[in-house]
Amino acid sequence: MATIADDIQQSSAAPPQPGYAYPDAAGHFGRYGGRFVPETLMHPLAELTAAYERYLKDPAFVAELDNDLRDYVGRPSPLYHAERWSRELGGAQIFLKREDLNHTGAHKVNNTVGQALLAKRMGKTRIIAETGAGQHGVASATVAARMGLECVVYMGEVDVARQQANVYRMRLLGATVVSVTSGSRTLKDALNEAMRDWVTNVDNTFYIIGTVAGPHPYPAMVRDFQAVIGRETRAQMLERSGRLPDVVMACVGGGSNAMGLFYPFIDDADVRMIGVEAGGDGLATGRHAAPLCAGKPGVLHGNRTYLMEDDNGQIQDTHSISAGLDYPGVGPEHAWLKDSGRAEYVSVTDDEALAAFHALTRIEGIIPALETSHALAYAAKLAPTMRRDQTLVVNLSGRGDKDMDTVARLDGIKL
Amino acid sequence: MSRITTRFERLRAEGRTALIPFVTAGDPSPDVTVPLMHRMVAAGADLIELGVPFSDPMADGPVIQRATERALAAGVSLRDVLAMVRAFRAEDAETPVVLMGYLNPVEVMGAETFAVEAAAAGVDGALVVDVPPEEADALAGALRPQGLDLVYLLAPTSDDERIGRIGAVASGFVYYVAVKGVTGAGNLDIDAVAAKLTEIRRQITLPVGVGFGIKDGPSAARVAAVADAVIVGSAIVGRIEHLAETPALIPDAIGGFLAELRQAIDAADKS
Repeated sequence: MATIADDIQQSSAAPPQPGYAYPDAAGHFGRYGGRFVPETLMHPLAELTAAYERYLKDPAFVAELDNDLRDYVGRPSPLYHAERWSRELGGAQIFLKREDLNHTGAHKVNNTVGQALLAKRMGKTRIIAETGAGQHGVASATVAARMGLECVVYMGEVDVARQQANVYRMRLLGATVVSVTSGSRTLKDALNEAMRDWVTNVDNTFYIIGTVAGPHPYPAMVRDFQAVIGRETRAQMLERSGRLPDVVMACVGGGSNAMGLFYPFIDDADVRMIGVEAGGDGLATGRHAAPLCAGKPGVLHGNRTYLMEDDNGQIQDTHSISAGLDYPGVGPEHAWLKDSGRAEYVSVTDDEALAAFHALTRIEGIIPALETSHALAYAAKLAPTMRRDQTLVVNLSGRGDKDMDTVARLDGIKL
Repeated sequence: MSRITTRFERLRAEGRTALIPFVTAGDPSPDVTVPLMHRMVAAGADLIELGVPFSDPMADGPVIQRATERALAAGVSLRDVLAMVRAFRAEDAETPVVLMGYLNPVEVMGAETFAVEAAAAGVDGALVVDVPPEEADALAGALRPQGLDLVYLLAPTSDDERIGRIGAVASGFVYYVAVKGVTGAGNLDIDAVAAKLTEIRRQITLPVGVGFGIKDGPSAARVAAVADAVIVGSAIVGRIEHLAETPALIPDAIGGFLAELRQAIDAADKS
């Protein structure tokens, strides 16, 4: 019988799931996805697609990626049985996929390690990234430092203010952090600004998109780099319990940690997949960031997907307690999984996420990121409705150290 | 024959290069736009590109981003832009108008509804920045029956394969983006532009307009020597921004600037 380590060693090059074959050659997931960008970027995107497809089949590239994931990121990440929390909730056994234990403290680094290796192979000397909470920015600055690449990170002015610690980390790592003052001054505007940089500096620059959105090939490429999460989870659950989990669950902003967890389970029809969006002050208030639950299809940032938009097609401002979920769109594959019925999408409010943040911290001694706390909050609702012999995996996508200021402020404490 | 084709044929017969100004509709306020369009025609504009404001203009530099924000703050929607064209068309039956913007406002209105209403308003074509030919089937299928041209971008990164692909579907004219970058950026390398236009004309017989990086009379004259149309956006929009607090002064100021560009282009055409 193959060990987990064997499975992981073989797995970075694993082909897509046999039954499920999305996207198509042009990057479409059903009616979603695609490549909606100015002409200047069409040729560079074709080059990137070709390089990506070539290197993912190149044994030397895959070996280097596997080594980095093991020795630099610290994979495989543990699958932890949260026994005390499960007992307290009185239903399904909850397992936490500990992406918070990765180097840099979140799942984001799985993708940046992969894309940075690709950038190096393509001869690019400069990388750019957008960031919301700062986790993807830190993960990009980290791999850039290690590889000696110039790094510029675009971050909305609002997010710079609420994620000061991550801004400082990026600067320590040698990155230039550009505070974006256009539009709503959050993640979507950071993405616009990174696109503008890329159009301008396309010859020497590699754009590391941090989530499963953007023009093709990004949604598929980021998913594939993050799918190590789901592959490990699958092997770990099989080894531990001899069967697959009943439910896999993750928070969804752009949706990379959810897609990475879901993808290897897509053909396992008995495994429920649930994505949890940021409900903000509640869907009814309009102050949220839940396009799958309360948005409409449209085109933004290079792909067709569900968006939060007004009747004139203008993108709306979003609200979430967590900067990392504060985005009006979502990866196109999630849009497709929603419409096809394969995955379910729900939302929880800021208050519910905050309650789950405190619960996990006090009951299991794990401080989760506020983004992750959204998935935990829905797990706390769902688990009691399930039997004790059922299992529920939550992707613990990031740790909460970066959120100390935000949570302390809510408690009336200035750190 | 479309108004765009008619206009370019006349210019070709006269041996003249077209001057195409771009302004964002509704910037700085909706009542400025229609009088400004008429003033631009009087000053020598051959075709007008009217920007449709969108909240996330990812191909635009800061000058046009701010114009977009001013127009959106004034509540300008795609329907309002169509109403402006209708008002312009009531007094000018000849000058072609091309809407330039991003897909999402059109997508939300519905491509077919947009095509019908745009044609009825007197719009002649659309340039949708984030719709390359690979994603254009639905939009092109809606515009064609209404007689609207779909104008495509070409870029320094467009290789022969892409030029051929775009040549096969473009109508009206094509817009060569002379600089890798966003609107308002960069310095024009006229030798590189001339070389690329030679490549483009091997496969495309439509008129080729050149935009990005044209800031004044001398740069307009240099482009006029090689292109069929000189497209000027940020240099105009920057002047509008400067007068945003005194909008009554905008038409004359922009008219004066266009007259200067017109003169430089005409001089280049004669030499």
